[in-house]
Amino acid sequence: MAVIFYISSAVAILSTVMVITRMNAVHALLYLIVSLLSVAVIFFTLGAPFIAALEVIIYAGAIMVLFVFVMMMLNMGTKAAEQERKWINPRMYVGPAILAAILGVELVYMLASGSNRAAGFEMIGPKAVGISLYSSYIIGLELAGMLLLAGLVGAFHLGRQDKD
Amino acid sequence: MFELNWSALIAIGVLLGVFTLAPGLIWLERRLLALWQDRYGPNRVGPFGIFQVLADMIKIFFKEDWIPPFADKFVFFIAPGIIMLTVLMSFAVIPVAPGVGVMDINVGVLFFLAMSSLGAYSVVLGGWSSNNKYSLLGGLRAASQMISYEVFMGLSLLGVVAMAGSFNLREIVNAQAGMWNIVPQFFGFVVFMVAGLAEMHRIPFDIPEAESELVAGFHSEYSGMKFGMFFVGEYVGIVLISAVITTFFLGGWHGPFLPPMVWFFLKMFVFICFFILLRASLPRPRFDQLMTWGWKLMLPLAILNLAVTGAVLVAVNQGH
Amino acid sequence: MFSIIKTIWIVILHMFRKRETVQYPDEEVKLRPRYRGRIILSRDPDGGERCVACYLCSAACPVDCISLQATEDEHGRRYPEFFRINFSRCIYCGLCEEACPTYAIQLTPDFEMSEADRHNMVYEKEDLLISGEGKYPGYHFYKVAGLKIKGKDKGEAENEDEPIDFKKLLP
Repeated sequence: MAVIFYISSAVAILSTVMVITRMNAVHALLYLIVSLLSVAVIFFTLGAPFIAALEVIIYAGAIMVLFVFVMMMLNMGTKAAEQERKWINPRMYVGPAILAAILGVELVYMLASGSNRAAGFEMIGPKAVGISLYSSYIIGLELAGMLLLAGLVGAFHLGRQDKD
Repeated sequence: MFELNWSALIAIGVLLGVFTLAPGLIWLERRLLALWQDRYGPNRVGPFGIFQVLADMIKIFFKEDWIPPFADKFVFFIAPGIIMLTVLMSFAVIPVAPGVGVMDINVGVLFFLAMSSLGAYSVVLGGWSSNNKYSLLGGLRAASQMISYEVFMGLSLLGVVAMAGSFNLREIVNAQAGMWNIVPQFFGFVVFMVAGLAEMHRIPFDIPEAESELVAGFHSEYSGMKFGMFFVGEYVGIVLISAVITTFFLGGWHGPFLPPMVWFFLKMFVFICFFILLRASLPRPRFDQLMTWGWKLMLPLAILNLAVTGAVLVAVNQGH
Repeated sequence: MFSIIKTIWIVILHMFRKRETVQYPDEEVKLRPRYRGRIILSRDPDGGERCVACYLCSAACPVDCISLQATEDEHGRRYPEFFRINFSRCIYCGLCEEACPTYAIQLTPDFEMSEADRHNMVYEKEDLLISGEGKYPGYHFYKVAGLKIKGKDKGEAENEDEPIDFKKLLP
């Protein structure tokens, strides 16, 4: 299991780097999908198959399709790639890179200090997720539901056509 | 070691079965459509024209595999592969008979849904990478259609999941030993069937292809075996949807007298024939009609079905 | 909703209908007498050519597939020197048959005329002429026309009066 975890982690990091460096938006999105899929595999190896499946269904399967949909509507050609190439220069990415490096160092330090536990120590099935969501996290769930409903009503209002 | 070999054998068997079933299905579809349209269908090559598919296959293998110069080559190349991959992966969780099945994971339902939602990429990316306005329109239609119908495809299955109390397909089949789910979950069955047809963009819902409006929709620019992959992928998709409906709503392998595997294939076959019948009889809806159907009829029906199922289950459990 | 189920039911019932397909090479196609197929040139009851080479068929032809050259025999009777139909152009519209004043050119119920070589689709007069009278048996153009030919003088045609000698009409 550990080997699979490290391989999928490597794939996730590599594909995320590719997402940032691609000039073509759709190619970048493809790498983002790969990244999400590898994160799903990581969840699976960590004993959370339910979250893994939801990651694929909701993030990779639904939200990313909408991203691709929007990209297709925008019809970005070679001009957009040229603009993208101009934007990616060291001045733009040095700040975020330093901040991310600090986080990375922290992560390595935490891993080295041995306060982590082995991967896949407990299997959390869908039933356990459901029970904890609807008992200890019920308020959070309700709030998230209300937020989504507000988004839905807002989208409906914006997209409404006056029939006259 | 024996355990591993056994599951590998089953996997190869399922793969071979699917790949022989799909061309057989092409032949069956042509014959049945002909039967319902007062024609004969292929009847020249071999007995009842069964080798027509073989001839077509040989032809399509030797066709020029042309990639248009204006296409995005990388995406154009991987798009047909995605549909085959996702559809074949979905077969992994289908339990054919007790002890026969490739994979037995406890989130089988979600795995199937995940694979079918990934299948949308094939059509969308194929349409986009062709760099052709008709393909693009087909891809756009496919994206919105598949996203919309995925929503209540999942919701319609939740009633079944609630009744079985598990996401495991094997346990879902076992829970139907007394009564098949088609009786208590009839509305879930109807919604799932419609959503499954739309998900595989089969003919009443073949709006992404719509040959009368969009040349051939998302695969206008595809030729040779790349087109063949889309084509076979669609037929394997029909087999998949039939198998999944059998598993979820018709009690899988359960049935009197005959061995379990025969029952499974019999039920699957009935559904395949039913889908061909739908193709022979129903016209293609307009796109706004499709969306209205989906969001204003199917989605409330699925949610209502889920709510009633939940209420009844709670009432029954409290009675005990 | 009900209409969808009704549609499906009607399609199922078609399973028990007779199939409309004609298995052509194995089964003969039933062609009606007025089917517009291969073009022929017919003859008089006496065996002479009906065609008087008036060019009306050639003029009527929308695809210009008929070409002919008129000539006369020693008694003043017109006939085509050559008569050529290019069947690779012909659309079997039947306008030539309608234009023909002597019922010479006729379309027949036969469509089996495929060739491997395109040049073989050009039919000459020998190929077009049949030895019978076609769809109009007994019709003889020169028996009803007032033209003088060999063996028939003026006024000898059917329903034709003797020619009037205008010099005797004077009072």
